[in-house]
Amino acid sequence: MPPLTLRVNGHRRQVEVAPDTPLLWVLRDHLGLTGAKYGCGIAECGACTVHLDGRAELSCMVTASRAAGHEITTIEGLSADLSHPVQQAWIAEDVPECGYCQSGQIMTAAALLARSPSPSEREIDEAMAAVLCRCGTYQRIRRAVHRAAREAGP
Amino acid sequence: MTELSRPDRRTFLKIGAFAGGGLALAVYVPGRRPWDTTGATFQPNVFVRLGSDGMVTIWVGRVEMGQGVRTSLPMIVADELDADWSRVHVVQADAHPTKYGRQGTYGSTSVRNGAWLPLRRAGAAAREMLVGAAAARWGVDEAACRTDRGQVVHDASGRILSYGELADAAGRRPVPPDPRLKDPSEFRLIGSRLPLVDTPAHVAGRSVFGLDVRVPGMLHATVVHPPMFGGAVQHIDATRARDVPGVRHVLELSGGVAVVAEDTWTAFRGAEALDVTWKPGSFALGSADIAASLARLLEQPGEVARDDGDAETALRQAARRIEAIYRAPYLAHATMEPMNCTAHVRPDRCEIWAPTQNPQGTQEAAARLTGLPIERVTVHVTHLGCGWGRRSATDFVRDAVETSMKVGTPVQVAWTREEDMRHDYYRPTVCHHLEGAIGADGGLAALRVRIACTPISGGGGGGGSGVDRNSVEGVANLPYRVPNLFVDYCRPHIAVPTGYWRSVGASQNTFIVESFVDELAHAAGRDPLEFRLALLDHRPRLARVLELAAERSGWGTPLAGRARGVALVDNKGGLVAEVAEVSLEGGRLRVHRVTCVADCGRIIHPGIAESQMTGSVVCGLTAALYGEITLEGGRVVQGNFDDYPLLRFDEMPEVAVHLVRSDEEPGGVGEPAVPPIAPAVTNAIFALSGRRVRSLPIRPGNLSGA
Ligand code: FES
Ligand code: FES
Repeated sequence: MPPLTLRVNGHRRQVEVAPDTPLLWVLRDHLGLTGAKYGCGIAECGACTVHLDGRAELSCMVTASRAAGHEITTIEGLSADLSHPVQQAWIAEDVPECGYCQSGQIMTAAALLARSPSPSEREIDEAMAAVLCRCGTYQRIRRAVHRAAREAGP
Repeated sequence: MTELSRPDRRTFLKIGAFAGGGLALAVYVPGRRPWDTTGATFQPNVFVRLGSDGMVTIWVGRVEMGQGVRTSLPMIVADELDADWSRVHVVQADAHPTKYGRQGTYGSTSVRNGAWLPLRRAGAAAREMLVGAAAARWGVDEAACRTDRGQVVHDASGRILSYGELADAAGRRPVPPDPRLKDPSEFRLIGSRLPLVDTPAHVAGRSVFGLDVRVPGMLHATVVHPPMFGGAVQHIDATRARDVPGVRHVLELSGGVAVVAEDTWTAFRGAEALDVTWKPGSFALGSADIAASLARLLEQPGEVARDDGDAETALRQAARRIEAIYRAPYLAHATMEPMNCTAHVRPDRCEIWAPTQNPQGTQEAAARLTGLPIERVTVHVTHLGCGWGRRSATDFVRDAVETSMKVGTPVQVAWTREEDMRHDYYRPTVCHHLEGAIGADGGLAALRVRIACTPISGGGGGGGSGVDRNSVEGVANLPYRVPNLFVDYCRPHIAVPTGYWRSVGASQNTFIVESFVDELAHAAGRDPLEFRLALLDHRPRLARVLELAAERSGWGTPLAGRARGVALVDNKGGLVAEVAEVSLEGGRLRVHRVTCVADCGRIIHPGIAESQMTGSVVCGLTAALYGEITLEGGRVVQGNFDDYPLLRFDEMPEVAVHLVRSDEEPGGVGEPAVPPIAPAVTNAIFALSGRRVRSLPIRPGNLSGA
C-alpha cells in the first residue's frame, strides 16, 4: 500500500492504509486521535463528526483517499487549550453526561457557528439533529450553542 | 487505578486558568501523579490520600457513565474532610473484591441506602486525624480547633496549619473508628453545583472510553455471534476473511467467531467476509408467536405477588368495572458506545480495560476464564459511553479474554453496532391483564393485575420459579392506597436474553398501571390528577410531588390544540411526577413540554440531578415513541439507528425540572424519572383525542378507540 498523506490538525501525517478505509478509523487506529467516536458506521449518529476544510463531515463516511488534500480538523485540533468558544460554552453549561457523543456535538456546533454566527432556532435544529445523544443532553446543547454564539459574537 | 483522560500539560494548566480553580483536573501535572507523591503522605483509608503538598486524592469505586459519580462521590468525601476542592484529584479505582465495597453501578445505588456513609466516614476520619495532629502540635484542645477548606485553624491564637503540613503527623495517629459526621447544616460542598470533574476532558476529546484504550502491541478484533438465540457455530469458512489485507487471525470462541486484525475497520471487513454456517438452537419464535404465548399464559393464575383485601369480591360487587390488556415490546439498551473490552492475558496474569458497570463481576469472569487466581487479574475501569444496565453483563469481557488468550497479545474487541443491537440482554416484552373497580364513592375500590414477563433477574432465557421481583416492580409496590389489590405473576419460558434496563421493571409497568389508573379516573368521571391525589393521603411526600407537578404545569388551565397527561412513580428511592403537554396535528404527535417534579431526598449535586431527570425523560420518550425490538425466526430484526431510532435534537421537548428540597436521606436520581414519561404522554393523547394507547411504541396504527 503506498502511503497516503493527510493534513490533520495542521500537521502532515503519513498513513499506510487501504485507500477506502474510512477516515474515522485512520484517525482512531492509525493516528491515535480517539476524539472522534464510532457509534453506528452508517451516517446515523454523528459521533464521528470532524471538519474537512471547516465543514462538518461524518468521518465514518469519508474515505482516507477522499480526505487527502483537505484540511482535517478533529476535536483534538479545535483548539490547543479549550479556548474555542464552543468548548468554553460547553464547559460553562456543563453539557456532557457520559461524554461519548460530545466531540461530535461540539464539532457540529462549531461548523454551524462558523458558517452562521447567529443561527436561528431552525438552523440549530437542522444542524444538531445530525448528532444523537443517548444521554439526552439536547437541552443543554441548545443553551450552549446560544451561549457560544453570544460570546463569540461581535 | 486509571487516569480517565489523556493528559496534556498545556491543556490542563490552561483549563485551570479558564475555570478559575474549582476543577480537580486543573492541578494535574503529568509526570507527577498525585498518588505517587513521594515523601510524606497520609492515607487513613482506601478512599482518600493526602500529600504533604496538600493534594487530596480521592478514589471512586463506582463507575462513571454520565450519572456524575466522579464528581458527586468525591464531593461527599471532600465535604466531610473539609478539603479545598480545587486541590482534589479524582482517581478511578480498579476492581477489587472487597476494598471499595460494592462497585457494581446499577439500580441508582451509589449514594442511597446508606451507600454514602462509608465515603462520609472516610472523609470525617481523615479530618479528625488532621485536627488531632494540629492540636497536638499546638498543645491545645482538639475542641478548640476547627477546619476550613484544607486548613486547621485555632481561633483563640489565630494559628493556622494547612492539611499538607499536617499530613505526616496525621498519618501517625490512630484511625478513629467512629468519627463524628457533619450535621447536614454544616455541608459546604454537598448540595452545591460544582463544575463536573470530567467536563474539560470530555470537551477536549481526551476522555478515555473503552474503545479509546491503546496498549502497546495491541491488536483490534471484532466478534460475530450466532444470529439466532441459542445458536452455535457449525462451520467456519475463513478463506475470504483471511484474504482481507491486515486480517491476522480468525478464531472460534465460546460465544462466536473473532476476527483479529491490525485495525478495527479491517476486523469489521474481515467479519463481513466470514462465511459461517450456524447451527440453530431450538428457539425460532417471532414477535407474533411470543405475543400470543404471553396472552395464553394470562389465562392461568400466576404466582401471587401482592394480595390486599379481597379483589375478587370487590370486582364482582363493584358499581363500575373495567378491564384491559396492555403490552410493551422488547427494548435494546443501545448505549452510545457499543460493547467492547481490551484484554491482555499472559500465563501468569491478566489485565483488562473495560467500560463495565460491574468491575467485580468482570474480575471474577476473567479469573474463571483464565484459571488465574483473582489477585492476578487487574481490571481498569474506563469511561462508559452510557450504561443503562447493559454493561452489568460480562459477555463482551469474555470475548476479549478468550481472544487475547488465543493470540497472546493485548487485544481490543469492538462489537459493531449491529452485533450490539442483536446480542443484548433486552428489556423483556410484557403483556398484562388489568381489571379495576370504581366504588360507590367514585374512588378506586379494587385492582387486579396479572403480569406476564420473562424474568429480568438472572439473564432471562427461561427457568426458575416463583415471583420475579424485578418483573412486578412498580405494580406490586403500587404507591396508591387501594383497599383490594391483587397482583400475580406468570413466568414465560422464552430463550431471549433479558436484563436490567434503566429503571428496570418500572419502565414498562408504570406505563401500564399509570395508563390504567387514568382509564379508571375517566371511568369514574373524575379529573385524573385529583383522582390520583385522593389515593395518596397516606403518602404525603408523593402527594406533595404530584401537587407541585400540577402547579408547575398549569394543570387544569386551558390549552389550545394541546392536552396534558400526568403520571407518577416511586422508584429507586425517587418520587417523580411528570406532566406532558402534547399535540396531534395531522396525525403527527409532538411532545412540547414536560414538567418533571422529583423528590429524591437530599441532593448531592442539583445540576447532576436535573441532568439525570432531563436525560431520563429523553430515554423514556425515545422508548415510548420509537423503541421496539422485534424477532423473526429467533433472530432480532433491528440492527442500527436507522431501524432502532433514538429521539433527536429537533424533537426535544422543553423539560422543566423541579427538585423538591428535602432533608431526607438521599434517594436515587439516575432512574426514577424514566417510568412516568410514557404514560404521561399517552394519557395526554387520550385527553386530546379520546384514543387510549395500550401498546408501545406509540404509533398511529395502535391508537385504538377508547
Ligand atoms: S459513526 Fe459516523 S455517523 Fe455514526
Ligand atoms: S453525553 Fe452520553 S451520549 Fe451524549
